[in-house]
Amino acid sequence: MGNRKYTAEALSPWMKGEAPDRDVVLSSRVRIARNLRHLPFPMMASAAQSVEAMERLLQVGESGRLSGLGEVSSVRLTELSELEKQVLVEKHLISPALANHAQHGALMLGPGEDISLMVNEEDHLRIQCLHAGFQLKETWDTASKIDDIFEEAVDYAFDEKHGFLTSCPTNVGTGIRASVMMHLPALVMTGQINRILSAVTQVGLAVRGVYGEGSEATGNLFQVSNQITLGQSESEIIDHLHAVARQIIEHEKAARARLMSDSRLKVEDRVKRSFGILSYAAMIDAKEASQRLSDLRLGVHLGLLPEVDEGMLNELLVSIQPGFLQQAYGEALDSDQRDMTRAQMISSRLATHA
Amino acid sequence: MLCQECGQRPATLHFTKYVNGEKTELHICEACAREKGELIPGSSSGFSIHNLLSGLMDFDPVGLSGAKAQAQTLRCEGCGMTYGQFSKLGRFGCARCYKQFAERLDPLLKRVHGNTVHVGKVPKRAGGLVRLRREIDGLKREMQSRIEGEDFESAADLRDRIRELEREVQNG
Ligand SMILES: [Zn+2]
Ligand SMILES: [Zn+2]
Repeated sequence: MGNRKYTAEALSPWMKGEAPDRDVVLSSRVRIARNLRHLPFPMMASAAQSVEAMERLLQVGESGRLSGLGEVSSVRLTELSELEKQVLVEKHLISPALANHAQHGALMLGPGEDISLMVNEEDHLRIQCLHAGFQLKETWDTASKIDDIFEEAVDYAFDEKHGFLTSCPTNVGTGIRASVMMHLPALVMTGQINRILSAVTQVGLAVRGVYGEGSEATGNLFQVSNQITLGQSESEIIDHLHAVARQIIEHEKAARARLMSDSRLKVEDRVKRSFGILSYAAMIDAKEASQRLSDLRLGVHLGLLPEVDEGMLNELLVSIQPGFLQQAYGEALDSDQRDMTRAQMISSRLATHA
Repeated sequence: MLCQECGQRPATLHFTKYVNGEKTELHICEACAREKGELIPGSSSGFSIHNLLSGLMDFDPVGLSGAKAQAQTLRCEGCGMTYGQFSKLGRFGCARCYKQFAERLDPLLKRVHGNTVHVGKVPKRAGGLVRLRREIDGLKREMQSRIEGEDFESAADLRDRIRELEREVQNG
């Protein structure tokens, strides 16, 4: 994988720059699951069959068919160290299942890291596209085009009744899982989040609070995705998720406006205290760090922290993960060292950007 | 919101499940979700929405023990997986499993998706016949409504087009 910039930099190129509704939506993602017609799915495949699937799919990447996407790099997972794999997981470029369990797994990565194609994960092929901000339809269009390119070159497992056949019945049919990663601090602060979560699950979408190292949701980040893949068309799935996410965005924006009109001083105090702690703490655990970074992100979008750059916050969210910390410091860290390293990394970034 | 399973940890996973055709809301914590999905490979590290959903497929919640035992030994000719293995792992072994276990599959798909039939994208090459059949079905519905509207002339045009397409299907 050439110069390994994929594992060296915390922020993928696609995360940089302006994006629609960025103040609430960090990223939009679409994943498509596909299998080759004549080979058993990876779990039941022999070593030889797994190699065959891998070579056939990598061949599509190397044949130049994907050249419209720019220079696509391919790597077999066996060429990567454990730490490099962990870093790719923390950047959401590969799944933990591919990193830890795949036999003859491989990855094809677009130059902007907005496209990652996983081979021999649970299914033969997982096409994943990521866009910054709220761009679900654009993300689906990109993913669907890549799907069409592969379909010209290989025979997919498909049947008329069940659609695209996947190893797990929860993916069968369209094989797509679309999601938006949302930052909802004002809905959490104003106590409206439970009502919203309940309403969202009522309309057939799933929500997952995003974790730090422990098992509690931290950082007020929520991943909203479609639950159903069979019996709805791709555009119905995307449009539905889009419409619901749009409503959540509007609720969050309204809640932020209300916070500013009703309790501006309290919010300002909270944001600036977090800024102070992140700037000067000698140790900080992952949970507190994500909570306080959430305050900073809110502060930036409310105009309370004009000196802080939002791109830097996005970068910090990734670079305070354990794999990145360890990579940055070159050796294995115990938990105190990790908390110290994390605090240093955050305060030095805030000092250079603020 | 507290986890509705343990009532102790905050719920961080929110989704719905079909129980007897009724949608039910679930709000649970990651630990409880893991417990339910502990048989799912890969769930030990990095729990995803997908792990969660697959942990919640109920396999044969009720069933006569005799018929159930018989079903467990049903074996896919494509990959050798038995229905018993499938219901443990929650994963199919190959494309043919869908045909081999077809009889047991629809109730499961109904619980997961509320549906059993694909309506989305069709592959251009592998799905050529499927496209034709869908087009024929669409034209037949259209023809029916024209007949009902007593627009016999255009209904006859549609009939010719349907015959043409049916010939194409027959010739593969
Ligand atoms: Zn629980
Ligand atoms: Zn099989």
